[in-house]
Amino acid sequence: MEWMLEHSYLMLLLAGAFGFLMAWGVGANDVANAMGTSVGSGALTVKQAVMIAIVFEFCGAYLAGGEVTATVRKGIVDAGVFAEFPHYLVYGMMSALLAAGIWLIVASWFGWPVSTTHSIVGAIVGFAAVGVGVDAVHWGKVGNIVASWVTSPLLAGFISFALIKSVQKLVLSQDDPFQRAKRVVPFYMFLVGFAISAVTLLKGLKHIGLDISYGASLGWSAVGGLVVALIGAAFLSRIQPDPEADKDFRFHSVERIFAVLMIFTACAMAFAHGSNDVANAVGPLAAINSVIVNEGMIGGEATMPGWILLVGAMGIVFGLAILGARVMATVGKNITELTPSRGFAAELGAAGTVILASGTGLPISTTHTLVGAVLGVGMARGIGSLNLRVVSTIFTSWVVTLPAGALLSILFFYFFKGLFGA
Amino acid sequence: MSFGSSIAGLFGRSPIKPLQQHYDTVHDCARTLADFFAAVTESDWDKARAARKRIAELENQADELKKEFRLNLPKSLFLPMPRTDLLDLISVQDKVANKAKDISGLMLGRQMTIPAVLADVMLSYVQGAIDTSAQAQKAINELDELIETGFSGREVQIVEELIEELDRLERNNDEQQITIRSTLFKLESELPPVDVIFLYKIIEWVGDLADRAQKVGGRLQMLVAR
Repeated sequence: MEWMLEHSYLMLLLAGAFGFLMAWGVGANDVANAMGTSVGSGALTVKQAVMIAIVFEFCGAYLAGGEVTATVRKGIVDAGVFAEFPHYLVYGMMSALLAAGIWLIVASWFGWPVSTTHSIVGAIVGFAAVGVGVDAVHWGKVGNIVASWVTSPLLAGFISFALIKSVQKLVLSQDDPFQRAKRVVPFYMFLVGFAISAVTLLKGLKHIGLDISYGASLGWSAVGGLVVALIGAAFLSRIQPDPEADKDFRFHSVERIFAVLMIFTACAMAFAHGSNDVANAVGPLAAINSVIVNEGMIGGEATMPGWILLVGAMGIVFGLAILGARVMATVGKNITELTPSRGFAAELGAAGTVILASGTGLPISTTHTLVGAVLGVGMARGIGSLNLRVVSTIFTSWVVTLPAGALLSILFFYFFKGLFGA
Repeated sequence: MSFGSSIAGLFGRSPIKPLQQHYDTVHDCARTLADFFAAVTESDWDKARAARKRIAELENQADELKKEFRLNLPKSLFLPMPRTDLLDLISVQDKVANKAKDISGLMLGRQMTIPAVLADVMLSYVQGAIDTSAQAQKAINELDELIETGFSGREVQIVEELIEELDRLERNNDEQQITIRSTLFKLESELPPVDVIFLYKIIEWVGDLADRAQKVGGRLQMLVAR
């Protein structure tokens, strides 16, 4: 304990490195999955997707990531139990970061579809329940989180199903789908703008110091949605039908309109992902920082310093740049079946669900939510073929990831305890 | 390292493009019958042999595509239409090519000549069968549009119109068959009997080819009707 406080800079440096590793994994794997849909549908090049991801991941994390960060930081473990030995919380959170980071790399190496969220939650629960005591875990809260892992893909699937059905009905089944698309698509853009503005205004601006009432927030969100829709409509007005290409595939020109929409949903996806998954790296780091700057006091109010967010953001950017871009290209190549009209429905369904979860502070898996959303589109007979085996691998990864993250984190916890002193 | 495998792994290979490619090959095969019959009516057997070779090659290619299609359609796939319907459809498609190969094979093997009086009607009769197949190809090419719209609305109507036209072409071909048969009937006594028997057979088979092309449309209609 004394040793830890004497070497607080060293501890923070170490924790920062682990947090960076974790964020790197998120950037290399998760972001690539989330943005790969836009690349696959041909709406964005990999380079454009990476640029959008960098900007909107950061915005999402900064403006709407507070609730989930709070959950990861102090919602899963019962801070009261740590009052007598706060250094355990530091060791534990460091172990959790390291365990989840390593597990992610191992699993990705073998191609198992694991979730960063599941790894970190498993790791935190692991060190707290075994290293400290079963009552150190907020089991009720953990139960809610686990339940949300089931409901989030379902909700995303439902929203995507409704969206693709509405596209089929309002645009594709009409006599002149091209003109209809030009009129209908701005409405979907409004939804994108509204969702992002709403969660930012309701959850994000408070910690910047602005406090707006609920009703006013919704009003301003509608304005935000309108602005986005107007910008989108301006883009759309430049698109002309291409009769030559339409001969081959009648909806070619229509899809070009939806490709513009996909740029917007890609932004929403990156924003949603940033608001939820960046917390997996930033949350534990914030918990460690809070203990150290309060000199061992648990639960002392510490505003989250900018550098923590910066470590998270930089980690993601590096992960994206080093590996994520390549992964995105691979993912994109494999999902060319996802035309923009389908891809947008899947992305918006997933992004909407994730943003909703971020607002309520629930850490969910973006990838699994997106899988649910894609299945929703498939249910509407909209996709050539889907490989249902992936659904069972996802179930397996649930069963495996939680204990694996927990086990690794318990190991590291005892290792740190031995190394830095009980 | 296979990062990002979960989303990419979710998408199977769509069966639509391979199905369309298969029928493209089948139709190429059927279409070559026009060259073949032209060569036969000119009694140019070198040319006929070349056309027959091309037909056989295309039929083989179609067979390969069919096999590949079946292997790539495991039960674990979630498809927008029943898997069995797709497997049936490709079998029905393949039979069009088989018939083209049978026709050219028999005619080349027996070095069958077509009586000069019959030549023109025969050529237009074969062309009628090929047109039927072309119409079936047109209908099959709508499959990706059908998926795009989730089998609903205007697109279903378009496919139904295409299938109606296909039925009309097949009926035309039937009538051509009746005419050509009655013409042959009047010539019967002047021709070697065995040749006549086989000419009837060829006439029947060309009609079968159109019939099978129509069945492709029928299968497609079943897909749409669900």
